[in-house]
Amino acid sequence: MNARATCWLAALSVVLLFLPAVANNYILSLATLILFFAYTGQAWNILMGFAGQLSLGHSLYLGAGGYAAAALYAHFDIGPWAGLWLAVALSVAFGALIGFLAFRYGVSGVYFALLTIAFAEFTRIGVDHLSWVGGSGGLFLKVAQRDEADILNLRGTPAMFYYVMLVLATGAFALCAWLLRTRPGYYWQAIRENEEAARALGIDTFRWKMLAMVISAALTAVAGVFIAFYYNNLFPEQIFHIGRSIEIILGPVIGGVGTLFGPIFGAAVLTLLAEGATELVTALGWQFPGLKQLIYGLVLLLVVVLLPNGLWSPLARKLKVAP
Amino acid sequence: MTPLLQLRNVSKSFRGLRAVMGVSFEVEEKTIVALIGPNGAGKTTLFNMVAGVFAPDSGEISFNGKSVNGLRPDQICALGVGRTFQIVKPFAGLSVLDNVIVGALERSRNVGEARRYAETMLEKLDLSAKRDLPAAALTLPDRKGLEVARALATRPRLLLLDEVMAGLRPTECDRMVALFREINERDCMTILLIEHVMRAVMALAQKVIVLHHGEVIADGTPDRIVREPAVLECYLGEETDL
Repeated sequence: MNARATCWLAALSVVLLFLPAVANNYILSLATLILFFAYTGQAWNILMGFAGQLSLGHSLYLGAGGYAAAALYAHFDIGPWAGLWLAVALSVAFGALIGFLAFRYGVSGVYFALLTIAFAEFTRIGVDHLSWVGGSGGLFLKVAQRDEADILNLRGTPAMFYYVMLVLATGAFALCAWLLRTRPGYYWQAIRENEEAARALGIDTFRWKMLAMVISAALTAVAGVFIAFYYNNLFPEQIFHIGRSIEIILGPVIGGVGTLFGPIFGAAVLTLLAEGATELVTALGWQFPGLKQLIYGLVLLLVVVLLPNGLWSPLARKLKVAP
Repeated sequence: MTPLLQLRNVSKSFRGLRAVMGVSFEVEEKTIVALIGPNGAGKTTLFNMVAGVFAPDSGEISFNGKSVNGLRPDQICALGVGRTFQIVKPFAGLSVLDNVIVGALERSRNVGEARRYAETMLEKLDLSAKRDLPAAALTLPDRKGLEVARALATRPRLLLLDEVMAGLRPTECDRMVALFREINERDCMTILLIEHVMRAVMALAQKVIVLHHGEVIADGTPDRIVREPAVLECYLGEETDL
């Protein structure tokens, strides 16, 4: 990292740290949303961007994590920090099962993607009929408007949720940066670039792909716990929906798959564009349902056609923050 | 002393096509052995079996006195077999240095240590100046060099070279030959190479094995092999009186 990049990063850190002091709740919720997608995008990027395995079913880990923690809280009054472990364990179990089936039996590429969709879909249908967690009617947590942050139960002000997400997104960034510089990062990239050559160099590809899968699922589960306590409601039709999975991958795809900062940048661009346009249209007094999806589609189309490696790498070169 | 690599009656068929039939040979430790033969003779198939890409249908391959039948490529690499690919397989998106670091991580778990070892390998192959380029930007001769550097970085006891001189200019070829002789003599590395460039085979190999239609038709020292009637026949055709 060069001096210029350090300056930018320092400035960004200051803005992010002091944002709640100056911003209203709407801006904070927007920033929280950006951080949320930056976080989940990074989690997905470990599996696809680093290890080259295309998952289109990350909503599964989000939903499994969210439902596990929310159900424990609603039924047994077990707080989110304790429930988190079960949430992570459940998502990791799902991830390990899919990974085992795919990587042991040579399911790769498009077929791997289809397998991940299938698991997310049948889990959605299963939870739809699981009355213990509310079935298709949804699972609700008691909404408690609190003026002070109760971090132990994840109940509190928008600023608290913002800071929780900021810590998570920053932690994920640090983890990804570290992973890329150590043995797993090198091995994942080797597998992504050429699996046969990777094997010939002594890499047990099954083991390392499983590791990517498990880390990615675990991180995504944490995001699921966050959403459950942030929105206080979960619906199988929403959280397990393939649209969720797509939303998760849009940030990294637009920012740059496999890059460190791409998923974060992509999440910011997308969220700001979509929310900004929605605000603008509402302010003008128009009705435009589906505008967000339309914008996602347009941005995706432009990036795929014009900058298939994502927005971040060319921009980083322009700003001279990367070689 | 047991040979480092021993093949006993190894056969492999692909959907009825018999690629390798009853091949037996030995590679003694610290020697250089060349595997030659016309295209389609089964040389690369044989390599792939030694490297664990596929298991032989019958027969046995042993490395260092132990059977390696059915082991995976990464397990065979861990035992000390390094290989290059005839059709080069660089990690195109990674830098030249990172390509070699991946190989070096096989023996040194620490990236800093692996980087230092990888750098010495790049120096050996004259690739130091190109270390930061993406591997995709290399010319074919450099990609062949990268294959060798990456395989050497795993610190093998047996190095399998699949046509690394093909497409090199004679001077480049001579440098490769000098390098292999050096790592054979100084680092005591055993080398089994598939090669069409006879100039390299004659300069390097102490023993030559000739494969034709999946079978060994001759083996011996290079100068004996080039006079063997069976070898001349398969390469040049039978002598006929007109």
